[in-house]
Amino acid sequence: MKLSHESIEINAGLMIVLTLIAISIGGLVEIVPLYYIKDTIEKVEGVRPYTPLEQRGRDIYIREGCYTCHSQMIRPFRDEDMRYGHYSLAAESKYDHPFQWGSKRTGPDLGRVGRKYSNAWHTQHLNNPRDVVPESIMPNYPWLLRNELDFSDIADRMRALKIVGVPYSESEEEYLANVEQFGVEMAEQFDINKADQSLITQAQSEDWDGDRSRLTEMDALVAYLQVLGTMVDFSKYDEGYFAEFR
Amino acid sequence: MVEQNRGKAVQTTGHAWDGDLQEFNNPLPRWWLWSFYATVIFAIIYWVWYPAWPIASSFTKGIGTVTYQSGGKEVTTHWNTRGELIEEMQRGSETLKQQAYLEKVAAASYDEIANDPEMSAFTQSMAKVLFADNCAACHGIGGTPAKIGQYPNLRDDAWLWGGEIVQIQHTIEAGRTGFMPAFGSVLGEDKIEQLANYVLSLSGHEVDATKADAGRAIFQGTEGGCHYCHTPSGKGLASQGAANLTDAIWTVADVPGASDDKARIQAVEAVIANGVQRQMPAWQGRLNDTEIKLLTAYVHSLGS
Ligand code: HEC
Ligand code: HEC
Ligand code: HEC
Repeated sequence: MKLSHESIEINAGLMIVLTLIAISIGGLVEIVPLYYIKDTIEKVEGVRPYTPLEQRGRDIYIREGCYTCHSQMIRPFRDEDMRYGHYSLAAESKYDHPFQWGSKRTGPDLGRVGRKYSNAWHTQHLNNPRDVVPESIMPNYPWLLRNELDFSDIADRMRALKIVGVPYSESEEEYLANVEQFGVEMAEQFDINKADQSLITQAQSEDWDGDRSRLTEMDALVAYLQVLGTMVDFSKYDEGYFAEFR
Repeated sequence: MVEQNRGKAVQTTGHAWDGDLQEFNNPLPRWWLWSFYATVIFAIIYWVWYPAWPIASSFTKGIGTVTYQSGGKEVTTHWNTRGELIEEMQRGSETLKQQAYLEKVAAASYDEIANDPEMSAFTQSMAKVLFADNCAACHGIGGTPAKIGQYPNLRDDAWLWGGEIVQIQHTIEAGRTGFMPAFGSVLGEDKIEQLANYVLSLSGHEVDATKADAGRAIFQGTEGGCHYCHTPSGKGLASQGAANLTDAIWTVADVPGASDDKARIQAVEAVIANGVQRQMPAWQGRLNDTEIKLLTAYVHSLGS
């Protein structure tokens, strides 16, 4: 059969296959080089994987669809810099699977919301945004305070992330490599064998949702929000440094 | 189309479906074709000017450049959005206009800012935006929070931590933790009711005189110890951020929102029983010194 206009047009199966090939080329040309280009991810200190508690908070963020209204990607424009702070680096989401850059901003960007507000504010706001921001159109999430946090499968979740490259540790060797890279305190948190205990300890280390006697989904989500955009200390770098990676 | 082509001998593609369904083979309209060629030419110029094609571990950098100051040196490099942002933050026309004012404000004293109409107009307009972006989620648009209790009103001239410029600036830079212990389990219901009567009497409310008298003894004695923070007069120590209880302005207990005497007592009782723990975040690091200065001047002007 000749691959003529006619034979493609009257053969739906062939048409679908060829269409997919044409579209894939467009995608591959954009995506594949990023794996090979040296400067995609900036070399900066401080970026680390999420702790078990933060990771559970992140899962809840995704479950609740917060990304449908919030981006986590401050773009390199003057107005965004003045409103939100330093633009987001690729390095800052290198342990995010999937990343939460987003593109829809019904609400503000959350890329640097960490430690901007108090834990109490986040709890009040998520429970009912209009308690603190009367004109808000963000939905209520009252169940976050009611639901106990289920972390029975936290070790499996960390194992899954390990497969896609997040350096959580299982063996002694991996643990020691983490000590080297992130320090003892953090390496403990990234140890899959101690995930349950680390999660509980961090949940009790701070008054996340205003009640330390219970471990709720709110605890995890607030812990996650409070770490967003806080890992890199930008005062240590000259602005020009980041431009060298582009 | 059909009208237009009638009479002319239009070619068809030669394909036929269902026996008689045919397809015209008209040439593309001219305007469409030329637009298409124009986009091709645009793409080629784009590839030459901007970073475009990946090559192994690098990419074509384009011939466009961007120049900015970095580490004391002038850097000229291939065009990229980050470099362009730096350039704009250093030499953009909007930036320079704003910079002139910012430098003037940074060098001036608070008195000079307040007395210079141009500087104070700039301060107001810039600080309003900063306030809306950073502070309004808690303190409300313009400084009046959603309700009494969680966050203090910045528009009244009653200050927990002091309303002098230096005090406000310190509040914003370093943050504050408003803390009062919970007395519920220590004192018990009766004493807390007596205290509430006494506290309300300080701001001129009608109260039960006997209970208020008993409350005074607890407040001023070691049992309640309220006077350590609220001072014997009830005006409160600014160094503790302790509320002034005599001024009929309420920051935690929603007394103005209470419908009757009983509800007022209950509102105050709840605060004494549960204590207070409120946090004002620190802004040093997130905002720069000039931004904090603008906000300080703005917040100071709200209170007066
Ligand atoms: C329907 C859209 C929508 C959804 C869904 C939504 N938000 Fe929001 N969010 C908003 C809007 C609008 C605002 C701005 C008003 C306000 O502060 O409430 C906001 C504000 C915020 C802020 C304050 C940001 C700042 O810098 O002031 C945080 C934090 C936040 N949202 C977190 C969340 C989280 C977490 C979720 C998911 C549980 C979520 N939002 C889901 C619309 C949304
Ligand atoms: C997370 C919520 C939150 C945010 C955001 C916030 N504040 Fe506050 N602020 C508070 C709380 C709570 C207090 C009261 C602390 C206390 O109880 O002593 C306070 C107190 C203050 C005071 C002292 C009031 C007094 O009576 O002495 C000033 C001034 C102030 N804030 C200014 C600001 C400014 C300016 C910003 C923005 C840069 C800001 N705040 C952002 C929560 C917040
Ligand atoms: C350790 C210091 C401290 C002690 C002791 C203390 N308070 Fe307070 N009190 C505060 C502070 C600080 C606030 C304001 C909290 C804030 O704004 O975050 C406050 C607020 C209050 C308020 C709310 C005022 C308002 O404007 O809403 C009442 C009522 C009150 N205190 C009564 C008492 C009584 C009665 C006692 C004694 C049983 C007492 N306090 C003991 C520090 C103290």
